[in-house]
Amino acid sequence: MSPTPVIETRGLTKVYNGLVAVDHLDLTIHEGEVYGLLGPNGSGKTTTILMLLGLTEPTEGKVQVVGWDPRRYPLRVKAQVGYIPDQVGFYGDLTAWENLMYTAKLNGISRKEAYRRIDEALNRVGLQEVAHRPVRTFSRGMRQRLGVADVLLKNPRVIIMDEPTQGLDPESAREFLDLIRELKGEGRTILLASHLLHQVQAVCDRVGLFRRGKKALEGTVEELALQVLGMSHYVHVEVEKDAPRLAQVVRRVPGVTDVEIHDDRTLWVKSRKDVRPEVAEAVVQAGGRLLRLDVELPSLDDIYAHYFKSEAGETENE
Amino acid sequence: MTMVRAMRTQREGSPWTGLWAVVAKEMADHLSSTRMFILEMLIALTAVGTAYNAASAIRSVAGLEPKFLFLKLFTVADEPFPSFVGFLGFLVPLIAIALAFDAVNSEFNQHTLARVLSQPIYRDALLFGKFLAGLFTQFLIYSAIWLLVFGLGVWQLGIPPTGEEVGRALWLLVATVFYGGVWMAVALLFSVRFRQPATAALASIAVWLFFSIFWPMISTSLATILAPIRIGTPEEILAQARWLLALRRLAPSQLYAEIVVALLRPEVRSLGLVLPFQLEGAILGQPLPLSQSVLLIWPHLTGLIAATILLFALAYILFQRQEVRA
Repeated sequence: MSPTPVIETRGLTKVYNGLVAVDHLDLTIHEGEVYGLLGPNGSGKTTTILMLLGLTEPTEGKVQVVGWDPRRYPLRVKAQVGYIPDQVGFYGDLTAWENLMYTAKLNGISRKEAYRRIDEALNRVGLQEVAHRPVRTFSRGMRQRLGVADVLLKNPRVIIMDEPTQGLDPESAREFLDLIRELKGEGRTILLASHLLHQVQAVCDRVGLFRRGKKALEGTVEELALQVLGMSHYVHVEVEKDAPRLAQVVRRVPGVTDVEIHDDRTLWVKSRKDVRPEVAEAVVQAGGRLLRLDVELPSLDDIYAHYFKSEAGETENE
Repeated sequence: MTMVRAMRTQREGSPWTGLWAVVAKEMADHLSSTRMFILEMLIALTAVGTAYNAASAIRSVAGLEPKFLFLKLFTVADEPFPSFVGFLGFLVPLIAIALAFDAVNSEFNQHTLARVLSQPIYRDALLFGKFLAGLFTQFLIYSAIWLLVFGLGVWQLGIPPTGEEVGRALWLLVATVFYGGVWMAVALLFSVRFRQPATAALASIAVWLFFSIFWPMISTSLATILAPIRIGTPEEILAQARWLLALRRLAPSQLYAEIVVALLRPEVRSLGLVLPFQLEGAILGQPLPLSQSVLLIWPHLTGLIAATILLFALAYILFQRQEVRA
């Protein structure tokens, strides 16, 4: 049995003043998955998110979130989906605690329950010390964490984050990614829109590459690498000597797409899968003496850069 | 899972979900803000000053028939200063505009709108909640001021107010809140339309100035154009006077002024034109009972409420069509 989709869109389209922001998008996200929505600015990520929440009316197409159509049942959808917008804003004159209390009330959470949940959420994101300070004194990273607390309050099945790590210093960003992993561990479904690729790569199960309102590519980072770069693994081979001769042998290993001779001792192998055992075997059988064998996955940055470069080339040729 | 069965656009769930949460939060904001504190001080000082002056003026002409003395606290002016209701005529719009001019645009500017609207509420609750909170805040402020004036009256005049006086003052309180409602709806509309709070505030004040200063002049010229007096027959003079009154009443301040007159001066029997034959059999100078005075201001009250609803509806439509992302 295939897992239940938590978010599903078919032919979802949004046209703003004659400009197509989202173009016939088919998206399926499963329970417990961390999905990365990738794309340059203006590729329709935020518009898609707003349509999922029923905050923007789709021009056409179907949407279903946690089993409900956000156009017709926006309250049911929004009760189960937490949204952290990019540049998440709070009322500066109110304290962190008061801001969360407002959210709790809007969600119809009883006062007693709200007290408990607010304390819990603030503890969770490490803001309990500053709970009664006005939010205007908060740093960007603290606001972002408060955004998570704000969402955790309603114990959502799905969390949607728009550019969550933008503008955070590396340390805060890392902490934030840990938090996302924790949330995933609780079985929540997370949709992450971003253009900061290495971060998305670090937490996402699957990513969708957006371009001009269309989902251009989709899959795990490995799958995308195969599709875009024609390979999925870099294997670094270090031998005692004779690298050029051994390159001939390695080239014949199934799955290997390219072998680059770096110097007399080092080979750079590109392959469609992890070919370390096969390469090791081939090198040894050919009489080579293996010193080191490393594998490295191509980064999403490479894929992204390569993909958008080739796309740009194509459009120029048109 | 299958996709949604029939695509119906009708929305499910009450549009008022979360309304009271919004009202409570907004009222707390209003009551604790520096802006409102300044205005409250201003209106309290005005009330104490004018009512005190009025009380001394009333005592100095002692021996006067002690009828509706408490209402005179509102209306007696110590020249050259205007009376308390005179001050109210422009303090109320000021307070109302101050309550609403940054209602919606500040949510955009603080980036809170998307987060708040992603909670399980409709936009309706947010806008209406803000409006209601403004109305309640005004009600609270004016009630306090009214009590202040009455307390001062008891102290200075040495007599308690009659039930009739209290009733008339309460009706005035309600009318004042609705008068404020019109200006709040104007400011709310501009707060949806203009992204900059300063622009919205200035636009609201411009509309208010137009109606309180320019409109009386414009309506006079318009009346002479629409119903010119060529020969000078009574019909012609009457027609022009009717036009003038009708045009003037488009201004909320005119409606409010007439309400004040009818409520605080019980001897006033009509707010429109009275022809001599209509007065046949009337005992002039005799005060009207409260119910008759209320009947007199009823069209004015409905006019104020209708204008408020119309303006709020406009703001509502604009807000519904606005995209969440700035």
